Amino acid sequence: MIEASVIASPILGVVFCLLHVIVSLVHTWSHLVHQIQCLIISSGLLSKYQNINLNRLRHLAVVIDSEDAKNKSKVHQLLCWLSDIGVKYVILYDIEGVMKKSDKAYEKSSANPSETKCMDFAPNMPLIFDMFGMTVEIISYTDGKEAVAKGANYLCSNYLKNQDDTLNKLGPKFTEPDISSALKAVGHDGPEPDLLLVYGPARCHLGFPAWRLRYTEIVHMGPLSSMKLSAVVKVLYDFSKKHQNYGK
Amino acid sequence: MSTISERFSILQSHLEKNCKSKISKISGYVGFIMRKLLFSVLSVGPIPAHVAIIMDGNRRFAKRRSLLQDSIDPASGHRLGFRSLISTIQYSFEMGVKCVTVYAFSIDNFKRSPQEVQMLMDLMREKIEEMSAEDGVFKALDVKINFWGNLELMTEPTRLSAKRAMDTTVHNKGPELSVCVAYTSTNEITHAIEASVRDLKGKDQVQVSDLERNLYSAGCVEPDIIIRTSGETRLSNFLLWQSDFTHLQNPKPLWPEFSLRHLVWAVLEYQRVYAYLKNKKEGIEKNK
Repeated sequence: MIEASVIASPILGVVFCLLHVIVSLVHTWSHLVHQIQCLIISSGLLSKYQNINLNRLRHLAVVIDSEDAKNKSKVHQLLCWLSDIGVKYVILYDIEGVMKKSDKAYEKSSANPSETKCMDFAPNMPLIFDMFGMTVEIISYTDGKEAVAKGANYLCSNYLKNQDDTLNKLGPKFTEPDISSALKAVGHDGPEPDLLLVYGPARCHLGFPAWRLRYTEIVHMGPLSSMKLSAVVKVLYDFSKKHQNYGK
Repeated sequence: MSTISERFSILQSHLEKNCKSKISKISGYVGFIMRKLLFSVLSVGPIPAHVAIIMDGNRRFAKRRSLLQDSIDPASGHRLGFRSLISTIQYSFEMGVKCVTVYAFSIDNFKRSPQEVQMLMDLMREKIEEMSAEDGVFKALDVKINFWGNLELMTEPTRLSAKRAMDTTVHNKGPELSVCVAYTSTNEITHAIEASVRDLKGKDQVQVSDLERNLYSAGCVEPDIIIRTSGETRLSNFLLWQSDFTHLQNPKPLWPEFSLRHLVWAVLEYQRVYAYLKNKKEGIEKNK
């Protein structure tokens, strides 16, 4: 039995590696096709990518891996692109709050610093400022579940204040609008993004506030270091053609 | 306790109910052995403990196959989807996955026509009772079933079937199947807030841990993968709280087309990003 497993383990290991080589080859091929598409888009040959209808894109979110987010010039470049394309509201998220600490860097590096109005940094609160005529909101992990707990405590204190009401004798009864109002009252009432771009090694939202993700289209863009304007244009174009049933 | 191979041959015969030939039985055993070998290879890397699935594409599949003609059996797409569900559950549990969660019916789906809602509720009841039967899937795989959602919104016969299935399987020691019915994540969070506020009893503040203890999914590990079939990129209000470090996948096949090779591919994709997601998760837990 021991001899069989000694023989079998390396064979299983080799077949395992072979399977992953196949997966890598498929990814390489997809990447190549994507690069060619981006090249065609950036050449301007296809007119459909020149004027994208952004009516349905009211709010765009960008999740960036915290290591990538330390590259402030890349983040700033991305914001410039989004502003040029015509995006009006961007939510930047990274799990560790690196971008929250860097907000002053965006102010200093903008062409006209007076166009950028920043609030003071508060680690557990969203940061909102204007940049190139675009509203930028910066959030992190603490704006997710902890914010919901804050909202719950707000509802709880209201509930306890009204202890004498007959309704309250049945126990607390909250609706989703109640939760939304509570989140607003505690300063975490940001809008739900229509589209979320993920820059990082994996398609994962990394703790983006759950309350704001209900019907958000989530697209993986790859590492921030290899971001391309044409890739962003392609995603926005594909989004403009999307149709949602909302459960119907 | 029957051996694993005996259990799966019971399941195989359950799937091929009308075909009692020896060839079918032998091919079932051969398929089982081949899968065992394949899963042994996959097990060199990490196997997800919890796989969640948004079973999207039943109606589109039926339309594509022109099964929906003049409203004859609008349930046909969903029946085909159910076959995919059974085989996916079987393969997942054979592979070593401990929990499978499926998004069967959203609160938003109540916006559909009353006829379609009733049809879906009736189909759900029929399938729950089929799976709970003496020769059913739950017994064959020793599955414990959970129903997550605002079950009061279900039709009464279906709710009672669901409750019976949960009571019958509560002591099963095998893998867990969680079915989200009359569910949305925001409704789940609202319910958790209500329960946490109700349970406060002199404690000062509601904590994140209180909310997590009152979720429908309390006690279940967070999903490692969420698969949404038919290529759609949104989560549609499914496990939003639980998916902080979940690998989100959106394969193009419609749900009735989802098969073993798609499941294997999903696990291979997960294995590529496992180290990164584990590192991120541990980083946050260290900072708590």
